[in-house]
Parts: sequence; C-alpha cells; structure tokens
Amino acid sequence: MSDVADRVRKIVVEHLNVDAEKVVEKASFIDDLGADSLDQVELVMAFEEEFSVEIPDDAAEQIQTFGDAVSFLTKAVG
Amino acid sequence: MFDLSGKRALVTGASGGIGREIAKSLAAAGATVALSGTRVGALEDTAREIGENSPILPCNLSKLDEVDKLVPSAEAALGGIDILVNNAGMTRDNIFMRMKDEEWDEVIAVNLTAAFHLNRAVLRPMMKQRFGRIIGISSVVGVMGNPGQGNYAASKAGLIGMNKALAHEVASRGITVNSIAPGFIASAMTDELNDKQREQILSTIPANRLGTAQEVAGCAVFLASDAAAYITGHTLNVNGGMAMI
Repeated sequence: MSDVADRVRKIVVEHLNVDAEKVVEKASFIDDLGADSLDQVELVMAFEEEFSVEIPDDAAEQIQTFGDAVSFLTKAVG
Repeated sequence: MFDLSGKRALVTGASGGIGREIAKSLAAAGATVALSGTRVGALEDTAREIGENSPILPCNLSKLDEVDKLVPSAEAALGGIDILVNNAGMTRDNIFMRMKDEEWDEVIAVNLTAAFHLNRAVLRPMMKQRFGRIIGISSVVGVMGNPGQGNYAASKAGLIGMNKALAHEVASRGITVNSIAPGFIASAMTDELNDKQREQILSTIPANRLGTAQEVAGCAVFLASDAAAYITGHTLNVNGGMAMI
C-alpha cells in the first residue's frame, strides 16, 4: 500500500470510527463504512487539509469508495 | 452560562437599530464582534459604542460577489467564526397587485439569498471546530403575514424554513441554527407613526407597548450562549404577546 493510501485510511478510521481492516479498496463510505452525507463532506475536507489540495464539488461527488479517494489523491499530489 | 468570552461573531446590518444592539450585547457578553453593513459611518459609531476592537466589514448584501467575501474577511479579521447573526434586512412594501419583480427580487436577495450564502460559508469552519451558532432575525410578519409586505413576509418565512432545514443537517456537529421573530420594535421607523397609528398597533399587542432593540438583542445573546446549546431549529417570538404561537 502506498503512503497516500495509509494517510487516507488513517483519516477514514479516525473520522468514521471503523476498523482499519474494513477500509478496503472497494469499501463505500456510505454503504460499507456507515458514513452519512455530512460525513462524506467532512472526509473530503479532511483530505483537502491532509494533502493540501482543493477538491472541487464535482470531483468530491465521484469519491464514493476508499479506492476512489486514494486514486484521486494520488493523481492530485502526484 | 451566558458568557461569550473568546467567541467570535459576525453581525450583518450592525449599523443601526436591532443589529447595533445585538452587536453591543454580544460584545458585552464577552464576544469579539465583526460589524457588517452598508453605512460605514454608522458601523464606526457602533464600534465606538462597543469600545473594543471590532472589525468593520462593509458589505452590500444585494451583491453576491461582496456577500461571498464577507465570511472569509470575518475569519481573517477574527481568527475564526463561532457566531453568525443574519440580521440585515430591507423592505420594499407594495400591495400584491402592484408589486414589481424588482421589489420582490431585491427583498428576497438581501433578506434570504444573502443569508443562505452566509450560512453556507460558515458551515465549513463551524463543522471543523464542532461548534457554531447561527441566528436569523426573522419577523412576526414572516409568521403571521402582513398586507403590503408579500415580499418581506416570504423572505422572513423563508429564513425560518431554511434555518430549520439547516438545523436538521448540522445538529450532530454541535451547530445550532435558530431564528428570532421580533414583533413591533421601537425604531426610527416607529417614531414616525402618528398617535392614531400607534394606538391601532398597540391594541393588537397584549403588552401594550412596543418592544426595544435590547429585548431582541438579549434573545440573541441567549441563543448564542451555552444556555441554549440544546435549542435548535427554534423560532423565538419576541412580540409582547402579539402572536402566541
């Protein structure tokens, strides 16, 4: 796992209060990890802060799973 | 319990009347208060009355590009934001059959759309800090209606509905969103009423007097304080019994 994935996982685990093992590539924040729509907004805010990037709303809407977040942020910081 | 020490507030329409009293009362309770409005001279008067360092942030709420700069300016000046009071409002009275689109649009823009933009802008910082107090100054007219004020009534009722919806969304994040609906409050406008008009108005108010801006400001301090932490989506009617709802 990449460094980006580790940092994203840490945020997800802390914010949604879930076990790290559950945060797998296909895990959907809402369907699998118990997030509500406000949690999702907050996750995006936390990603923005951690990686010092801006995630526009239309991109944020595409980030549904842990894998989505990792691939978006890998590209964004790459 | 009503202490606001260390809290940072933004008040719109702080140049006069109710807004000025709200700004002064929040400051008296310990908050640092950024003053927004269109009349800089009047804002400076408010700042002088507060006597502490109150940032002055002129803003024309009918211009959305100015509205969208207001919260970032307040955050920069105050180092963050804990309390937003959407107090600014305007009237363009006309009976429905004569009401022009511009009269409708202007009142909705300033009283409702600007409040929507400001509410949306404070959510991010408030969600991050898990604390926020949003207070909208509505009106008894938004609750009861009033002839000649279709646009104003719609904007003030809209503010109440908007704040209730937002209250649902952010309650779990420590942010409360409430409204205050003042009745007839003594102001420069009510000073101009003649005796007959005054008598007519008073006959509808069980308290038999007009309210004061301080009596509205006290409610804003209450809703901003820890004492009101469990109150959200509420509308506080401050009207001397004129409408008991």
